[in-house]
Amino acid sequence: MANQLHVEVVAVEQKIWAGEAEMLVARTTEGEIGVLPGHSPLLGLLKEPSQVRVKLAGGEQLTYDVAGGFLSIDANGVTVLAESATPATPEQH
Amino acid sequence: MAGQVQALRRRIRTVKSTKKIAKAQELVATSRIAKAQERVNASRPYSVAITKVLAALASNASVDNPLLVARERVQRAGVLLITSDRGLAGAYNANAIRAAEQLIAQLRSDGKEVALYVVGRKGTGYYRFRGRTVDASWTGFSERPSFADAKKIGDGLIEAFSAGSVTEGTFGPEGIAGVDELHIVSTEFKSLMTQSANAKPLAPVQIEETVDEQPESGPRAAYEFEPDADELLDALLPKYLNTRIYAALLDSAASESASRRRAMKSASDNADDLLKRYTREMNSARQAAITQEISEIVGGANALAAAGSDV
Repeated sequence: MANQLHVEVVAVEQKIWAGEAEMLVARTTEGEIGVLPGHSPLLGLLKEPSQVRVKLAGGEQLTYDVAGGFLSIDANGVTVLAESATPATPEQH
Repeated sequence: MAGQVQALRRRIRTVKSTKKIAKAQELVATSRIAKAQERVNASRPYSVAITKVLAALASNASVDNPLLVARERVQRAGVLLITSDRGLAGAYNANAIRAAEQLIAQLRSDGKEVALYVVGRKGTGYYRFRGRTVDASWTGFSERPSFADAKKIGDGLIEAFSAGSVTEGTFGPEGIAGVDELHIVSTEFKSLMTQSANAKPLAPVQIEETVDEQPESGPRAAYEFEPDADELLDALLPKYLNTRIYAALLDSAASESASRRRAMKSASDNADDLLKRYTREMNSARQAAITQEISEIVGGANALAAAGSDV
């Protein structure tokens, strides 16, 4: 498939971000996970509280503080679902 | 006669100011509908995604999660009724309360005890006036519900449901006694003209597909789970319930505004009709007064003339 990963960050009240990325890094209750394009389907509960990092093609990185979140990876890409997700300040990690 | 004219003039003034209020309310409600619908749409991606995830999960996990299994003996059922904080919304609250009453009667005839939870000042007022117990109530956000509000409601209810009526004591900050079933009565926004209040079961959970299911290409993805499926289900089901409550709150908020808009529109239309009628009545009363005065003057003059000619 394409070597871009389709990422959606969705909070209950609204969709926060959607687009193509190189990689997504999140921390589940089991440990940190990095998702590259073509990852096998997975459902994971995110650690509370945690940050989700989305690495974009240009080397840019988006970071979100996520509460009550989980992530779902399927053939179409990654969806991060959260009760609330707010952009974190870049220098926080 | 002159008194009548004055009374009518006063009445016209009253109707005019009432009309202004109704008109303003109508405009406010119109803009609120649009906002509420926007929020309904904004919340859709999440509910679609969580439904999809739960469907995938339910086929992989053992289904003995307490939130999924129907209890054998239902002793107490909980009913969550969503009403508005403010009135002037036509039959909105009356319809919601009627739907709840029907459900309660149904549950009672099945031999279940009913615990009632109410959102909105109008609903709480209704039950307080009738001296009936409301087990928990939340007010102050009916027009702009946030997910935090839904979570506040949901967490207490889920705790009470998980405990069941067999467990003594109360749960959550509202002190809700355990229940074996949860229902929600909310008003569905069908269109600007139609909103219908109806009751739906909330728990035990039946996972509801909110999207038209498209024929999936290929076999359903075999997911890996982190942590394992049962644990994930435990974590996700409460979130799903809260999402359902949130969706019901949003839908009801949109319905409330639509209902208010319609009520206020007919109120201001009615005020227009009244104004027209009163203005006509006032004009004819004024005309009648003038005619009478003239005929009195003419009559008086004639009488004087007749008296003068007699002398």
